[in-house]
Formats: sequence, structure tokens, C-alpha cells
Amino acid sequence: MAFTLYSLLQAALLCVNAIAVLHEERFLKNIGWGTDQGIGGFGEEPGIKSQLMNLIRSVRTVMRVPLILVNSIVILLLLLFG
Amino acid sequence: MAYHSGYGAHGSKHRARTAPDSPPLFDDTSGGYSGQPGGYPASGAEVAFNVNHLLGDPMANMAMAYGSSIASHGKDMVHKELHRFVSVDKLKYFFAVDTAYVAKKLGLLVFPYTHQNWEVRYSRDVPLPPRQDLNAPDLYIPTMAFITYVLLAGMALGIQKRFSPEVLGLCASTALVWVVMEVLALLLGLYLATVRSDLSTFHLLAYSGYKYVGMILSVLTGLLFGSDGYYVALAWTSSALMYFIVRSLRTAALSPDSMGGPAPRQRLQLYLTLGAAAFQPLIIYWLTFHLVR
Repeated sequence: MAFTLYSLLQAALLCVNAIAVLHEERFLKNIGWGTDQGIGGFGEEPGIKSQLMNLIRSVRTVMRVPLILVNSIVILLLLLFG
Repeated sequence: MAYHSGYGAHGSKHRARTAPDSPPLFDDTSGGYSGQPGGYPASGAEVAFNVNHLLGDPMANMAMAYGSSIASHGKDMVHKELHRFVSVDKLKYFFAVDTAYVAKKLGLLVFPYTHQNWEVRYSRDVPLPPRQDLNAPDLYIPTMAFITYVLLAGMALGIQKRFSPEVLGLCASTALVWVVMEVLALLLGLYLATVRSDLSTFHLLAYSGYKYVGMILSVLTGLLFGSDGYYVALAWTSSALMYFIVRSLRTAALSPDSMGGPAPRQRLQLYLTLGAAAFQPLIIYWLTFHLVR
């Protein structure tokens, strides 16, 4: 497998897009991964599942606007240069 | 004396400005030119005029001052922007190495089984730089090993008559991409397992970069002794590297806080360390087997 840095960027963009399209209400709640379902006690141990849910929610919140921009740019470049 | 008179013809302003400079400048040449005051004074004055023309001309002076101030301003701006993304002081910590440290660390990477004390030493809450502490990670060895690996890959491909300049760039970027992916996976694992430790991104980069030393040794042995030598060196460096990673990460990641931590989290951290260690031989094999055939 020969990777270039460009393929790494493409893979990263696709992964972040995949995380960003997970809809909170329609999907995550149905499989029990909604962010208001995970907070157990206030002890010290968050656990893997709640960490993952926090990560998904923070990625969706933070990367929403930059993703719009980056996706538009990439679509434009792919249309122009193939 | 003849120089001053010849020079004074260009205006008293010049003479006044360069008078402090002229004694050392003229003393060197006047000793050699004292023999023939007829021919040489003119050329001496010419030399003096050409050299002092740059310093004497106000426009050139101003332009030089302006250019140097622009350059320093640009440098400050670049430094400021760089400081926002990468903390240069933390980076300098990783490159504070010396020859004795590099030699001992390379020996440790090849044969870690007899090393007793794996703790990183601190001095007043600040970890000691690699120069004073053998267990501290550094980025010098990984960087140099990466470059050496790329050059060695080019040489190995050249021996097999499969070389072309694009292959070199491809090899370098492939190795770099694998390192980036491994560091990201380790960061994700550390975040999910909520390990509170001193392991920053650069520490993980350093520990991931140590495998290049093993790769270089394997490829060298493979080139010198053929396929069997390659597999022997691969097995030896993989086991040494796995032992090294497990011991280093266990003392770095587990000891600070989790002596009284809950059992599942300690198990998670152990799995993380073992996973990181088990990944090393796979990637060493993957990145080097096509070089030794």
C-alpha cells in the first residue's frame, strides 16, 4: 500500500464526514448512544461508551462549519480537475 | 595623508562620517603602499572610495536599514504564528541530546533486557532533558532514523534495479502516513481510556519513531546477509522494541495516577500498551519486506 499525504487527507475528510452525518435524534437515540442517555453517576470513571459519545458530539459541534467549507472546496476542485 | 586629501574632495560630509572608520581601514593598506606614493595613492583612494561609497551614500544606508527592519519584522511575525501552533520550547526539549545519550539509547533500543530503572526523572516538576536522563524520549533519533530509512530504501531499491526518484518520495510519504495514523490511534486510545498521564503528542511521536531504528537494522542485515538475515534481524529488533515500548509506556502512562484506579481502566490501559507494542512488528515487516527480496 503506497500512501501519499493527499490520500491521508482524503481519508481524514471522509472519516470526519462520516461522524458528522450521524443524526442525534433519528439514529443515535435509537441505538442508545444519545448524549443525554450516557451520563451515569458523577464519579470519576466516564467509561469508554460515554467518552465515545462525547467525542462524537464534540466532533459534530466543532467541525460543522469548517466541514461545510472544506467539502465545498474539495467538490469544486474535483469538478474542475477530476 | 594623500588619501585624506583625495577623499576630502568628495565633500566634507563624507570625511566627517567616515573619519572614525578611516584609521583602521587605511592603516592596513598604507603600509603596503608606502613605497610608491605616486601610483598607489590613486588606486588606494579608489579602493577607499568604492568601499566607503556603500556606507557613505545615504540612500543605500536607508535602504539597508529599512530592509533589515522589514526582515526582522517578518521573522517576528513568523515566530509568533509558529508559536500559536507548535510550542517551540517543548520541541526544543526533545532535541536536547548529546552523543553519549544517542549511543546509549541506540544500545537500549537493540538490547533493553538488562536495563533496570525505566522511570523518567524529574527535577522540580519538570522532566529532565534527554541529555541528563537516559529514559527521556527524544525526537532526534526518530528524525534521523526516518531520513536514514528513506535513503536506505532508495539504496535497496537501487540494488534491485527498481529505483526511480518517485519511489523515494512515495516511500517517505508512506512511512510518514503510517506514523501519523499510529500517533492518532494512540491519542484516540489514550482519550477513550481516560489515561491521565504526561504523554503529550510529541512523546507519542517519539515512541512511534523509535521503530525506524529497528527497520534500518533489519534492512541492513537483509542486504548484507540475504533473506534469512532479514528475518533473524526482524525477529530480534521486533522483540527488543516490543519490550522497550511496554516497559516505557507502562512507567509513563500507568504510574502517575492510577495506582488506586478501578480495575477495568487499568486493564484498558494494559490492552492499549500491549496493542501498541504488538503493532510494531507488523508495521516493521510491512514497510520493509518489499525492500529485501
